[in-house]
Amino acid sequence: MNWTFFHKLGSPKWFYDISGKWLPWLQVSSLVLISVALVWGLAFTPPDYLQGNSYRIIFIHVPASFLAQSVYMMMATAAAVTLIWKIKLADMALKVMAPIGASFCILSLATGAIWGQPTWGTWWVWDARLTSMLILLFLYIGIIALRGAIHTIEAAAKACAILSLVGVVNIPIIKFSVDWWNTLHQGATLTLTEKPSMAPEMLWPLLLAILGFYLFFTMVMVLRLRIEIISRERKTRWVKELVS
Amino acid sequence: MAGEGEMSNVDQQSMRGFSACLALIRRDLILTFRSPGQAINPMAFFLMVATLFPLGIAPDREVLSELAAGVIWIGALLAVLLSLDSLFKSDQDDGALDQLLMSPHPLPLLVLAKVFSHWLTSGFCLTLMAPLLAIMLHLPSDAFSALMITLLLGTPVLSLAGAIGSALTVRVQRGGLLLTLLSLPLYIPVLIFATGAVNAAMQNMPYTGHILWLSVFLVLGVCLAPLAIAGALRVINE
Repeated sequence: MNWTFFHKLGSPKWFYDISGKWLPWLQVSSLVLISVALVWGLAFTPPDYLQGNSYRIIFIHVPASFLAQSVYMMMATAAAVTLIWKIKLADMALKVMAPIGASFCILSLATGAIWGQPTWGTWWVWDARLTSMLILLFLYIGIIALRGAIHTIEAAAKACAILSLVGVVNIPIIKFSVDWWNTLHQGATLTLTEKPSMAPEMLWPLLLAILGFYLFFTMVMVLRLRIEIISRERKTRWVKELVS
Repeated sequence: MAGEGEMSNVDQQSMRGFSACLALIRRDLILTFRSPGQAINPMAFFLMVATLFPLGIAPDREVLSELAAGVIWIGALLAVLLSLDSLFKSDQDDGALDQLLMSPHPLPLLVLAKVFSHWLTSGFCLTLMAPLLAIMLHLPSDAFSALMITLLLGTPVLSLAGAIGSALTVRVQRGGLLLTLLSLPLYIPVLIFATGAVNAAMQNMPYTGHILWLSVFLVLGVCLAPLAIAGALRVINE
């Protein structure tokens, strides 16, 4: 098998060149998908028979929650690549993904609170899913804080990689124990609309929105990654030639 | 014959690793006895935190007995966290950590010995003190045994999980707060199951399930945490 693509992926210069070509496509497609999904979802889908129009925040809330969770998984993957193959680019990805993931976490919690106010009559309940999202935010904060505290790039890279892996081992344990805690404390719990029960005219814009959010995340990550590459490789000849 | 020779060689090696662990535990315990503040301060902190709750909330018997399990567990959790700051830092300062890293014995094993001696001087002492706090906070006497069992099973997990954060922040100046940020999310499952067990015992409900889950966490921690701690110490000191 030809492994050269793998080595190429590890080269910041190669990635910088190729991602420059991806960027316009990512920008256009994420913009189009998100606007189509939001206009469709906010203006053209029928209102929910129970929640009226307030359910429409689902088209932001659910994609943000999806991203908040899967960005952590991507970070754990990048962490494993950093530790096993010592690929610099993987660590740069780990670094730039953490604040994006934390932002999606905050967006998910905030839209959840706004949605909870009309539906449940309160901004916050100690429901299992809300609590695990909050703890996920704590895990993100830990990684960002650790990165900020260690000044040598290599040591920070490996420390954050180890912490991400420790976190990913713990996520299922935390999720399970929070579920247990919640079911012990309150019997019938407030659940969000379950997806299979969703009408197709609501499901389609939601799926489009999720796809659009993923593309948007990729676009933001690539943008930040390019800045990180330029800043870390500023002493190399190709960056000097690029900026001069 | 050759096979037997190899066996005894392996045996000898594991014996040496074991005696290295014993020496390490002995050294850490002697160091703690020479400056007993290391063990006494967390206990004093534990007592003071528990005193704040009746003052801050209400001295009523009913209110306090409701809160007791949570207060005692959160106090123990914070006390363990505060004592973890110095787990590897003093060794880093006097060069003992470099010797550990260069030792021919497996690092995870040595780290496990260090965490064990840390638990003896923090979590175990806190467990011994817990009945006093339970009386002060009017915890019903039915729940005493549950409280002691959960503390005995849970505080080693706190030491193990917190030692990962302690190893990651060993080079960070004033890393105490950072250590707290890294470790607290990992402590949440232990807190949930431990206080759940005590509360179940207060209502005369079975709490074997909680205890079994805490045991699972302990086994997982003993198996996995030393690997993460050793890995963190190696990469931070490379």
